[in-house]
Amino acid sequence: MSARPASGRIGRRFAALGAEGRAALVTFVTAGDPDAGTSLALLRGLPAAGADLIEIGMPFTDPMADGPAIQAASLRALAGGATLATTLALVRAFRDGDDATPVILMGYYNPIYRFGVDHFLVEAAAAGVDGLIVVDLPPEEDDELCLPALAAGLNFIRLATPTTDDARLPAVLRHTSGFVYYVSIAGITGTAAASDHAISTAVDRLRRHTDLPIAVGFGITTPEQAAAVARVADAAVVGSAIVSRLAAALNDRGQPEPGLVDHVLALVSRLATGVRTARR
Amino acid sequence: MTGLGSSLALNSALKATSERAPKANASWKPTPARLWWRPWDRDLASPAGRDFTDIMQRNTYRAGPDERGHFGIHGGRFVAETLMPLVLDVERAYAAAQADPAFDRELQYYLTHYVGRPSPLYFAERLTKALGGARIYLKREELNHTGAHKINNCMGQILLARRMGKRRIIAETGAGQHGVATATVCALFDLPCTVYMGEVDIERQKPNVFRMRLLGAEVKPVTSGSRTLKDAMNEALRDWVTNVDSTYYLIGTVAGPHPYPMMVRNFQAVIGEEVRTQLQAAEGRLPDSLVACIGGGSNAMGLFYPFLDDPSVAMVGVEAAGLGLDTGQHAASLAGGAPGVLHGNRTYLLQDGDGQILEGHSISAGLDYPGVGPEHAWLHDVGRVRYESATDAEALEAFKLCARTEGILPALEPAHALAHVIKAAPTLPTDHVLVMSLSGRGDKDIFTVASALGVEM
Ligand SMILES: Cc1ncc(COP(=O)(O)O)c(C=O)c1O
Repeated sequence: MSARPASGRIGRRFAALGAEGRAALVTFVTAGDPDAGTSLALLRGLPAAGADLIEIGMPFTDPMADGPAIQAASLRALAGGATLATTLALVRAFRDGDDATPVILMGYYNPIYRFGVDHFLVEAAAAGVDGLIVVDLPPEEDDELCLPALAAGLNFIRLATPTTDDARLPAVLRHTSGFVYYVSIAGITGTAAASDHAISTAVDRLRRHTDLPIAVGFGITTPEQAAAVARVADAAVVGSAIVSRLAAALNDRGQPEPGLVDHVLALVSRLATGVRTARR
Repeated sequence: MTGLGSSLALNSALKATSERAPKANASWKPTPARLWWRPWDRDLASPAGRDFTDIMQRNTYRAGPDERGHFGIHGGRFVAETLMPLVLDVERAYAAAQADPAFDRELQYYLTHYVGRPSPLYFAERLTKALGGARIYLKREELNHTGAHKINNCMGQILLARRMGKRRIIAETGAGQHGVATATVCALFDLPCTVYMGEVDIERQKPNVFRMRLLGAEVKPVTSGSRTLKDAMNEALRDWVTNVDSTYYLIGTVAGPHPYPMMVRNFQAVIGEEVRTQLQAAEGRLPDSLVACIGGGSNAMGLFYPFLDDPSVAMVGVEAAGLGLDTGQHAASLAGGAPGVLHGNRTYLLQDGDGQILEGHSISAGLDYPGVGPEHAWLHDVGRVRYESATDAEALEAFKLCARTEGILPALEPAHALAHVIKAAPTLPTDHVLVMSLSGRGDKDIFTVASALGVEM
């Protein structure tokens, strides 16, 4: 069993939602998509629209685990000049106005490795980052970033997947902190959706191994799906649907149409309503 | 060409290693003793008072990777959790196959009767005369069934996939040679096959695309990113993560997560093992130097690996310098890259200061990859193998020379190795025995060569 005290913004947020008796909505957006200004405006609007935790994608040229929507978001952000340094600056700017909403950076290892692990951890903590999800760092590579991140006081949130069997789960959960992210399908982001039954079975299995909050993501696009997940898990994660809504509000030249931020936040509000009305 | 390596080059390589080496995960560091001697500096006596044999027994270049797949700081298993159990399955299945004599018997059977091994080791007499130096031998991998060394690996992996009960095969391909070899073994064993290939490569390797389709494979054009080999590998990984139960990912070079770099190397090591025996028969001795081109580095690893612990054998890997190393338009990740993590392993990568992967450029689709196998990265760090490069233009000249002097159209990939031989051979003594891996035939490249030469076809 891996149980950790509910500390830091992530722990406090899940504790508070637990007391309210509801699950969290976790929203994903890519940093700097399509440009730094729009991205910051969107981030600043997310908490009021109902996002309980925010995942921010660190753009990478080769997002191997992502489907077309998030791949395109990454490339848009890079074309707009995003780097790991600008992503950290974005978090700092967000933190100026919000000291409560947990921020989790999600992405791939190479930009962090290139930035320098120690340097990155210092900068991320100083910017107000609460946790990291790094897709291509399984427990077999814990020495790289997971253990240094924990030592630096950041949460390292591990993905558990349908291929993670009971024999492997303890290793996956061992250094996981903050929450566990259950990837509900074997596949890339934004493609298929798992059945409610498959999700609740998987969440029950995870609960036998951990006391950490369990978030479920990949394939959740509608308020109804988010509500169904919220009934069995501690959080529903929505990424591709939000990123696709953003992409739909870009003009032919990839520039934001007026109202883009409002359109995206309206979707987030609908998702939040789904999550908040789901009774466990 | 400064002769076969200088102590200066070694010193700077060592210095570069210590500067580059990140602190994490250096569990399998080369011991200092490994760096004592410089195999290519044969005019320098081995260090006085050292029992050389003893060093060699305790220290070998052939022991890697460690159990976590590391070659020095390189290698590893940097994959998403969904894939990790599959990667561990491949590792277990391969270990079991290695321990089973029946697996080797089956592989030997197909290599002999289907692939046509051993491939000849041919003394290139006219090329030797034309260059006026080293005695040049060509290891004729282009005479294998399907026309390249790629099938050595495909045969090994398809037999493994069968043992694992997999029902579907996927692969990535650049030049199309690996795709053709994969489609071939899939036809032979009646398994459905999907090959991912960048749109750019589909355009420049049309004959191979048609060949794959004739063999019954589905060729899926990849339109993401730079639309070449790296993006094809991304798409293959996305497919694998989606079809975890049925599918075996047949990687075409010594890259990817452990155990692939080791496994592909072992399947390709037949190249060097045959050279050792064949040269013994022809010359009664070991080669003085080995030369091979480097895309991911599988034909080079296959040639080099059996000789890594023979200190008298020098080795040169030749990367693609494209339009020139100083133009930024190249695919020489060792010469122009920095350590990073992509496609399951740490290695040298062409990348910018933010860790974003850059597009390589080479006239040869098979060398146009922004990374290199992790074992080469390590051999580069410790200085055991020297890495040089050849430009598009030099490769084209080599292509033409090989055609005219030996009557062999080489693939554009080994034409890069030959370009280096053209530079090196004249500087070497006439009793120097050089073996070059002629990894594939050039039929697939005639359209590219024609357009580079300004010929309408
Ligand atoms: C004939 C030939 N040689 C060499 C290569 C490069 O691969 P590697 O470096 O793995 O041998 C290729 C790749 O397509 C090839 O077709």
